Amino acid sequence: MTTHDDGPSRRKVLECMTWAGTGVLWTIAGGVPASLGIIDGALAEEPKGFTFLQISDSHMGFDKPANPNAKGTLEEAIARARTIPNRPAFMIHTGDISHLSKASEFDDAEKIISQARLDVHYVPGEHDIIDEDRGRLYMARYGRGTRGFGYYSFDANGVHFIGLVNVVDLKGGGLGYLGAEQLAWLENDLKGRSASQPIVVFAHIPLWTVYPEWGWGTDDGAQALGYLKRFGSVTVLNGHIHQVMQKVEGNVTFHTARSTAFPQPAPGTAPSPGPMKVADDKLRTLLGIADITFKQNEQRLAIVDTPLKS
Amino acid sequence: MLRMKLPTILVGVAVSVLWVAAPAQAEDITVTIDNFAFTPQNVTVKPGTKVTWINHDDIPHSVASGTQGLRSKALDTDQSFSFTFTTPGTFKYFCGLHPHMTGSIVVEGTTGSAAPQ
Repeated sequence: MTTHDDGPSRRKVLECMTWAGTGVLWTIAGGVPASLGIIDGALAEEPKGFTFLQISDSHMGFDKPANPNAKGTLEEAIARARTIPNRPAFMIHTGDISHLSKASEFDDAEKIISQARLDVHYVPGEHDIIDEDRGRLYMARYGRGTRGFGYYSFDANGVHFIGLVNVVDLKGGGLGYLGAEQLAWLENDLKGRSASQPIVVFAHIPLWTVYPEWGWGTDDGAQALGYLKRFGSVTVLNGHIHQVMQKVEGNVTFHTARSTAFPQPAPGTAPSPGPMKVADDKLRTLLGIADITFKQNEQRLAIVDTPLKS
Repeated sequence: MLRMKLPTILVGVAVSVLWVAAPAQAEDITVTIDNFAFTPQNVTVKPGTKVTWINHDDIPHSVASGTQGLRSKALDTDQSFSFTFTTPGTFKYFCGLHPHMTGSIVVEGTTGSAAPQ
């Protein structure tokens, strides 16, 4: 981060936040996360390890002023993903693949994302289940082998991954919602697992309360997190808010990814969480992807956010 | 030919009766969706009022509720949805995508009986 002498104007503060958000490498050792340094250096130092990628909020079909070319920026994000030196094992997409759940939007997403040549594990965002049949298109494409409206778990490299759905059957006045059936499944899914197994939970809407005034949280998220309390290393990856945010609570690290389509304002800094129009040359600094590295033996999980343009 | 004409005439009569029997006593109203909020958020109307929601945001919203028929598909920018309220009562609704967005329509009772919640 470069220093500026012209005082802490809001613009400068935001630039610093952006850079900090993109450049910090997190490690989790013994459940206590610590910052290791700036991404590029860190990646160069640690070429080995199990890495996976997170992308989020592609919003295929979005064409409003905040980004008239959401397809183009998704293409750039995928191109960026292909340049990562330590090839990721797979990708997770934390929802809002489409803007309006249209078949053509899912088609566009598939066409572009498949260029990464990685397996992709999806969870739906609220924009992915607004077709006439409320999610039929999403489930037909991404729902194979999942339960309910698309939740599931799998293991990779000793890490247990859990994809949750918190965008279905939302209640008036509420936030994101998992529901009793999914929570019971989650409790059962975790039963009997060693507390030393690293857990990665991913869902669209943040499972922690970011800003309830804008609906950024999950009503029954605390119950889900309760089931994860005994685990030594828990990483929660979300999307939905189109900006990087991190929080650490006990053994749990919460992280939200940027969108590949358009930025949204920081909590409370605008009249609404709607798409934020920024100067054209600024847009790509606010869009991007995240790659997450797990180092065996050291129980490290490092999250690196990479903007489309530094 | 005569046998064919009779029902046509009856239908014609029925339509004009309906036309006359539905006086425009209730004024249609519009609820706009701007900045992730329904405006006005709470409205009181007469029975028979047609309420139209129109979305002015760059993000789709919807009208969802537990009331039969009071549920729209996702409304993209500038799309709208209408519902005519005929029964007195309080009808709460929310956005199915962003449920922290809420609103209500109160339909005045004609007999003064308590409106169901």
